Formats: sequence, C-alpha cells, structure tokens
Amino acid sequence: MSTTATEPAEGPSKVDLGAQGGGTGEIPSFDVTLKVRRYLPETSEDAYWDEWTVTMYGTDRVLDALHKVKWDIDGTLSFRRSCAHGVCGSDAMRINGRNRLACKTLLKDLDLSKPILVEPIKGLPVEKDLIVDMDPFFQSYREIMPFLINKGPEPTKERLQSAEERERFDDTTKCILCAACTSSCPVFWTDGQYFGPAAIVNAHRFIFDSRDDAGDMRLEILNDKEGVWRCRTTFNCSEACPRGIQVTKAIAEVKQAVLAGSF
Amino acid sequence: MSTATSAQAPAKSGRGTLYRGNEGQWSWVIHRITGVAIFFFLLVHVLDTSLVRVSPEAYNAVLGTYKNPLMAVGEVGLVAAIVYHAFNGLRIILVDFWKGGTKHHKKMLWAVVALSVVTVGAFAIRHLMLALGGH
Ligand code: HEM
Ligand code: SF4
Ligand code: FES
Repeated sequence: MSTTATEPAEGPSKVDLGAQGGGTGEIPSFDVTLKVRRYLPETSEDAYWDEWTVTMYGTDRVLDALHKVKWDIDGTLSFRRSCAHGVCGSDAMRINGRNRLACKTLLKDLDLSKPILVEPIKGLPVEKDLIVDMDPFFQSYREIMPFLINKGPEPTKERLQSAEERERFDDTTKCILCAACTSSCPVFWTDGQYFGPAAIVNAHRFIFDSRDDAGDMRLEILNDKEGVWRCRTTFNCSEACPRGIQVTKAIAEVKQAVLAGSF
Repeated sequence: MSTATSAQAPAKSGRGTLYRGNEGQWSWVIHRITGVAIFFFLLVHVLDTSLVRVSPEAYNAVLGTYKNPLMAVGEVGLVAAIVYHAFNGLRIILVDFWKGGTKHHKKMLWAVVALSVVTVGAFAIRHLMLALGGH
C-alpha cells in the first residue's frame, strides 16, 4: 500500500505521439474507390461490377480495403485470405488487370484517381466473387510429384549438399502456390489441361535438387503435349509472381533438360 | 478508425477487363496473328501457283489481277508480317535455349522491332516505287 490508489499499474507512455494522439494521425488518409467483379450464383447467373468508396490510410493494402467493405458495408463480399502477409498464397487476384496478392499491394502504389479494379484470377472456375476453384491447379501440382524421391539407403544424418548444389534450385523453392503465375498464362486460359507455370516451377525445384533421384520421371511427365512445350514465353507468369521467382527462366531450364535427357 | 463514406453504385454489369500483360504478352499475340496470316496466305499462294499446271492462261490471268496498287500495299503488309514473325521466331528460340535469353527478352524484342522496321522500310520503298512508279 505504498502507492496511491489512483496510480495506474503502468505509467503513461513517454513516446511523443504528436498533437493528434493515437499515433495514426501522421499517416495520410485518402478515399479510394474499389470496383470489384462480383459473382453470386445464388442470386444471378451473371457476373457484375460493384463499387464502393472507402477512406483508407497510406499504410493500407488492397486487402485492407476489401476487409473494410466486407466488415463495414457488405458482408456478402467473398474472397480468400489467411496470413495477410504474403506467406500463405490465398489471396491472388487480378488488381487493375494484373495478378497480384491483395495483401502485398499497397494502395498508395496504385493510381487512386481511378477506381481500383479487382477481379478473380482467370482460367479457373469462379465459385463466388473472388473465390475460384483451385482443384485443377493443385491436381497439376500433385502430378509432378512435389516431394523428395531418393532411392538410396535411408541416411542416419542429413542428406548433405554443397552450397552450389543448393543454389542451383534456390529460386524455385520460394513458391507459395498462389496460382498468380498459372492464372496469368494465356495458354492456361484457353487450355485448362496445360500443367501451367506453378507445376513446372515446383518440378524444377526437385529436378535440379542433387538429393533427388526422380528428375527423369518428372521430365518425362513434363515432356507431355500438355507439358513444358505449351509455354509460349509471354513472361506474364514471371511478372505476376509475388515471390519474384524467375518463372519463365525455370520453365526454359526444364525445356532444356528435357531435350538434354532425350539424346 | 476511419469510416466508410459511401456504399454507392447499384450493380453495374459489363464485361471483365483484358489481362494487362506487357511486352511478352503482346509480342506473342502479334506472333500468333502473323503466323496464322502467313499460313492463310501460303494456302492461297499454293492454290494460285498450282493453276499453272491446270492452264498457264488462267495462271497469268489470276496473277495479272495482283498487279494493282491495292495489292502492292497488301504485299508490303505480307512482307511485314513475315519479317516480324521470322525475327521474333529467332528471338523466341533464343529465349528458350540461350542461357541469357530470359533475362534479355525485352531488349531482344526491341532489336526485333528495329530490324523489322529497317527491313520492311527498305522493302516498301523499293517495292512501291516499282509497283506504282510505272514499271
Ligand atoms: C520465316 C521463318 C519462320 C520462323 C523463324 C518461325 C518461327 C516460329 C517459332 C519459333 C514459333 C514458335 C512460337 C512460340 O513458341 O511461341 C512459331 C510459331 C508459329 N508460326 Fe512460325 N516461323 C516461321 C515461318 C512461319 C510460316 C511460313 C508460317 C505459316 C505457314 C508460320 C506460322 C506459325 C504459326 C501459326 C505459329 C503458332 C503461333 C503460336 O502458337 O503462338 N511460321 N514460328
Ligand atoms: S511461382 Fe510464384 S506466382 Fe506461381 S504459384 Fe509460386 S509463388 Fe505463386
Ligand atoms: S493472405 Fe496469405 S499470401 Fe496474402
């Protein structure tokens, strides 16, 4: 009982929060108009555009604006997101015509004088609003056997690998399976059977792994008529990848490996 | 917390947007259009050329109809399509099989465009002078 009863458990912060208090005063806020391509199969067969204007902050991303609409204005707006920090790969969507993760696209980097266009990714069946059926995407992923296959005896320690050997496939280990690449590909839009960039990227990750023994099997799978030779090098995938993976380069390396292996 | 200022705009339909790809996407679109165009030209060309075996007179008559200014301009268009398709085809081969191909694909596209402009320009001057300027 040495302190007085009115003393708070913890003293006030010594950090200067500025005149406006709250700490958020310095961050500029602005109005943004979101124009979202909507599809609600319960009410209509047709997709349509819906538009909202919301006040957002300079630190906000497109995902925050979608949240604002969903939480404060229209709860029927549907989209996927999970981590909200570019790790899970749930929220690939088409923002101003290009595939992006909503959680990695800052509003301040967009042209806010016009509405921000948000559409579902292309080439996969739309289920509701921005949610597409990812099954065909993951089916192709499964087909390239995205796991280590080693026919040697089980080691008692780690499987050793030099830094150079690890470097060989480093770029393609970064994939988060968001489907931004595959759904940016004009070949995939018209031919849903095409394996697509993401499956090839993940095959590359094992084909060039010195610890893996099934590279030839994967190359055979991708030498299919729906495999690497469908690629028309439009570079849409490389430009869409939120992890900065050089997708077209990885596909080209797999093409070369298929040819090198068949001689 | 900020507030939503409005929930306006009744449902507006209209179509989705085009995918906004860059150089790679558009160079491919043009490559496919020129490829298909060349294919149809060749189809017709094989047919009219084979007329020579049916009757040389019919062959000459058909080829005679080609000698007019409109056709001359069309021929420049055809050469432009072939020249772009050929140079860009070589670029695609480099993108696929040369180690630095994917890194330099944009620079190579501008080289394709520059080479095409020079080649087609030179051809157009010569061809139109011959076709339009007397003989
Ligand atoms: C002059 C020499 C030619 C070269 C160097 C060339 C090169 C190429 C290459 C490398 C491709 C593959 C494109 C890709 O993978 O994206 C291609 C596609 C194509 N070429 Fe050619 N080509 C030539 C002449 C022709 C001719 C004479 C025709 C017409 C009969 C033609 C019609 C096509 C068509 C329709 C495509 C498909 C386009 C696509 O799938 O995107 N090409 N060409
Ligand atoms: S390669 Fe990039 S764009 Fe494609 S699925 Fe993986 S992270 Fe997404
Ligand atoms: S929500 Fe997880 S990547 Fe965007």
